[in-house]
Amino acid sequence: MNITVNGEAQAIEPVSVQGYLEGLGIDPRRVAVELNREILPKAEYAGTLLKDGDSLEIVHFVGGG
Amino acid sequence: MPETTDKLVIAGREFNSRLMVGTGKYADYPQMVAALEASGAEIITVAVRRVNISDRNKESLLDHIDLKKYTLLPNTAGCYTADDAIRTCRLAREAGLSDFVKLEVLGDEQTLFPDNQELLKAAEVLVKDGFTVLPYTSDDPIICKRLEDLGCAAVMPLGAPIGSGLGIRNPYNIRIILDTVKVPVIVDAGVGTASDAAIAMELGCHGVLMNTGIAGAQDPIAMAEAMNLAVRAGRLAYRAGRIPMKLHASASSPITGLIK
Repeated sequence: MNITVNGEAQAIEPVSVQGYLEGLGIDPRRVAVELNREILPKAEYAGTLLKDGDSLEIVHFVGGG
Repeated sequence: MPETTDKLVIAGREFNSRLMVGTGKYADYPQMVAALEASGAEIITVAVRRVNISDRNKESLLDHIDLKKYTLLPNTAGCYTADDAIRTCRLAREAGLSDFVKLEVLGDEQTLFPDNQELLKAAEVLVKDGFTVLPYTSDDPIICKRLEDLGCAAVMPLGAPIGSGLGIRNPYNIRIILDTVKVPVIVDAGVGTASDAAIAMELGCHGVLMNTGIAGAQDPIAMAEAMNLAVRAGRLAYRAGRIPMKLHASASSPITGLIK
């Protein structure tokens, strides 16, 4: 199935948000996730399965003023 | 009141340092860490950006920051609409688990001046949503008052354009803002060297926020220490109460008892 992650199209196997982040080596504690433009609370990462057409934004903190 | 008990209070939280610093533009993380340490800052700003999903080898900012020591103040830098700024704040809260945000909504890319109409819109929504909002704003007393009335925890007027190093271009407006609002006034942007920071504090500002002034200096770590001292010196001088300015001299030594 196809999803969009940070503006890029990605073909993935069915997986939870938690599983998707872990697959990328991302520490879920260090990021925030929007699923289809709604904030997804960290407690829901494991129980939320990605669906075809979903759009994810995964952000973190970087240096800034 | 000794310096150690002269706390900066924002939304009921006490801070010993009145200098807030950014984490951008450093040559590398060790330099940033050393500069943060030298600055004495307790509040540091960070930006919110997309994770690079194709290159996962890059180090993460938070790997280098002691979260027991620093309060993160996520910013909405790069946002040009209220909606984008609000969305960024909500992501920041989820990532950092804190309600503190430095709200900036920019008007154009050349000046990076705030779009105050969008800023007010975003501030209203965010305050209602439970955020502790510290807005970067023009040095406009009317806008600062509106931001206070909306429930912002501080106001952060610019001294000069972001990254310009031009110093405090309108000290009279800053003074009027200090007379107009009761929330802390923090000069954000424009500080180029230590005397600029001292001037802001001598005017009576409650704090100063800077990034480029330190990170862009030839020796950022030394400049961080200079800013640390300048903010403290300016605050002490403000509290000590300066002498009035006079046009003519006033002798410091007795004018009687001179030898004949």
